[in-house]
Amino acid sequence: MRHVISVLIENEAGALSRVSGLFSARGYNIESLTVAPTEDGSLSRMTIISTGSDDIIEQITKQLNKLIEVVKVVDLSEAAHIERELMLIKVRATGKDREELKRVADIFRGRIIDVTDSTYVIELTGNTAKIESFVGAIDSSLILETVRTGVAGIGRGDRILRL
Amino acid sequence: MLLTGAEIVVRCLAEEKVEYVFGYPGGAVLYLYDELFKQDKVRHVLVRHEQAALHAADAYSRSTERVGVALVTSGPGVTNAVTGIATAYMDSIPMVIITGQVPTAAIGQDAFQECDTVGITRPCVKHNFLVKDVKDIAPTIKKAFFIAKTGRPGPVLVDIPKDITMAKAEFDYPKSVTMRSYNPITKGHQGQIKKAVQLLLEAKRPMIYAGGGVVLSDASDKLAKLVRTLGAPCTNTLMGLGAYPATDKQFVGMLGMHGNYEANMAMQYCDVLIAVGARFDDRVIGNPADFARVARKIIHIDIDPSSISKRVKVDVPIVGNLPDVLDDILRLLEASGDRPDKESLAEWWKQIEEWRSRDCLKYKHSDEVIKPQFVVEKLWEITKGDAFVTSDVGQHQMWAAQYYKFDKPRRWLNSGGLGTMGVGIPYGIGVQLAHPGSPVAVITGEGSVQMNIQELSTCKQYRIPLKICSLNNRYLGMVRQWQEFIHGNRYSESYMDSLPDFAKLAEAYGHVGLRVEKPGDVEGALREAFKRKNDLVFIDFQVDPTENVYPMVMGGKGLTDMILSAEDL
Ligand SMILES: Cc1cc2nc3c(=O)[nH]c(=O)nc-3n(C[C@H](O)[C@H](O)[C@H](O)COP(=O)(O)OP(=O)(O)OC[C@H]3O[C@@H](n4cnc5c(N)ncnc54)[C@H](O)[C@@H]3O)c2cc1C
Ligand SMILES: Cc1ncc(C[n+]2csc(CCOP(=O)(O)OP(=O)(O)O)c2C)c(N)n1
Ligand SMILES: [Mg+2]
Repeated sequence: MRHVISVLIENEAGALSRVSGLFSARGYNIESLTVAPTEDGSLSRMTIISTGSDDIIEQITKQLNKLIEVVKVVDLSEAAHIERELMLIKVRATGKDREELKRVADIFRGRIIDVTDSTYVIELTGNTAKIESFVGAIDSSLILETVRTGVAGIGRGDRILRL
Repeated sequence: MLLTGAEIVVRCLAEEKVEYVFGYPGGAVLYLYDELFKQDKVRHVLVRHEQAALHAADAYSRSTERVGVALVTSGPGVTNAVTGIATAYMDSIPMVIITGQVPTAAIGQDAFQECDTVGITRPCVKHNFLVKDVKDIAPTIKKAFFIAKTGRPGPVLVDIPKDITMAKAEFDYPKSVTMRSYNPITKGHQGQIKKAVQLLLEAKRPMIYAGGGVVLSDASDKLAKLVRTLGAPCTNTLMGLGAYPATDKQFVGMLGMHGNYEANMAMQYCDVLIAVGARFDDRVIGNPADFARVARKIIHIDIDPSSISKRVKVDVPIVGNLPDVLDDILRLLEASGDRPDKESLAEWWKQIEEWRSRDCLKYKHSDEVIKPQFVVEKLWEITKGDAFVTSDVGQHQMWAAQYYKFDKPRRWLNSGGLGTMGVGIPYGIGVQLAHPGSPVAVITGEGSVQMNIQELSTCKQYRIPLKICSLNNRYLGMVRQWQEFIHGNRYSESYMDSLPDFAKLAEAYGHVGLRVEKPGDVEGALREAFKRKNDLVFIDFQVDPTENVYPMVMGGKGLTDMILSAEDL
């Protein structure tokens, strides 16, 4: 099962390597990991996408909680939540492909944020499925480069993760 | 008044009432050593290899309820210390390790004797810090001690660059620590505790499985009360030996890979199992699927949630500090006045006595060749079961665990989790300094003892009168045993050739050395050794090289699938 784990952690040098070290040392699967400071600059928030049996996910949460710098851990996928990631994709855009690419980007509510004679950079946000279907929807031979942020997640409604 | 970083470090240690620092100097810690020189509150013990400094500090902690402290220099000082740190980490021993680092400006430059200490040690410490400002030294050391000894204990490392030890700041040792990210739980969940008591009272075949957590939290008295109140059998893990008195009727011996027959059987066939500060290690429950084959209710008390339901699913998890949780359980038992059903208990004990009558630790005596088990039995007799005993790793370690009956906690020191050969003598140093005047025996093997033999020199310098009993079988015996059982007697590199004359070696270090070859001389040699109160005596017992450790549960087998003697092979 795929899980979305949110972690509030002290914004200190080395905190990220404690988390990534934990995953590699214990052989836990990590699909993506994002981290950035929160509105309170002394805290960072991570979103980790991991897959594993319930037992493994339980151990992951416990082991994360055990890290001295971790303040809170929540498995967002236990209830309603929202996931978003951002992709920047550079495509070859020449001839009739230019129109077609713009059309597909519009359908996915993507934005073209850089234009040259022969290329576009398209910005797209959404959950992983949307990003992947966008990539699937364009001719793969036109893709020059992609970069994705990895998933950021937040609970819906009253589910709030803070101090 | 402004103090240098180095002065602040030493003042912090004094504030923590640190009696001994075990260490080894070098460039990055010169200012610290200079401050140690100028005072006499904190005493320094100079080992001969940094690994031994860590082990000695670890043993100081294991044999007391205090935090052990070690000090090493940057680079090779740290890398030498890593085995000692990992050893303490695996057995949850509270320690504070202070390491020198190259000056702040040189970090990351591949400077002389630089290594990424925080990076290298991260997976084997409870936590570590790199201090980047002299003002942070005092609060960081305060935190280090707090983290090391609270919750599930463990080693905490503080890395201090050389320039920070020279910089100056006001010294103010914090009185307390608050950390929003670290608040170890103490009280157990009352609902869960009620459930546990209910289960225990309804049990027909209750079983108590106690581990290192009882020793670490000094909860032996409370454990004994629980065992007696319930009238149930009690087993200890290798790390828990001494948590419950081994000479008591209700004690069924150690359990696990080399555990007693009756302990393993009772563990498998009980109907309610309460695990007290023990972590269902793979050397303890054998094949988890086979263990789960039998239905039983499991209650698990541990301060570390990640120890619970890690390898074995439990029915009643109780996260909390053992003394607190045991108090709550005892109070509820007291208040209810109920006890487990007498008749069922009597049945259960009848069964256990039947298992016990297999006498799984009996071995063939010999008048010709010294049996290693016999040496340990004699050691137990002569020390009246009241010595501190450290051991190394191998067959001798298991014989020590099986035949020395520990009645008190913190008397038995060994490396269970990491299984580090070479801890024996340095553990002896730490224990002896913590308990001057008490008898300290080191049970070792000719393989292990050579991994830190240089510490005989430290023993000379600090007049540490260890009684080193080397069960010399001329083999890396534990390895040889596996090769005999599993690898068709192909003794690949497990034979110890070209051994030194250990008695002479001990003498060369200025100690007393004895070599014993006949069973009839074992007792005399041991008595002689313990009579020499102020001398370190190294006894090289030439023991039966073919002896194996029984019982044994082979890897992957169920806990009750035990080889009891050579006939079972
Ligand atoms: C050659 C060799 C053979 C071995 N064979 C055996 C064997 O036959 N049998 C055996 O038992 N072991 C054996 N071991 C040791 C084994 O590897 C483990 O180290 C040992 O079993 C672990 O003991 P434990 O479960 O008591 O846990 P420990 O490692 O002692 O852990 C203690 C537990 O208590 C918890 N705890 C700590 N403080 C508290 C507190 N205040 N409150 C509540 N909980 C707390 C901790 O979180 C932890 O889960 C062997 C080792 C070697 C090297
Ligand atoms: C540092 C280290 N290296 C290797 C091992 C693997 N090992 C476990 S027991 C053992 C043999 C120990 O030999 P000895 O000290 O003579 O004890 P014996 O088993 O013969 O009693 C070895 C090599 C270990 N535990 N620790
Ligand atoms: Mg040997």
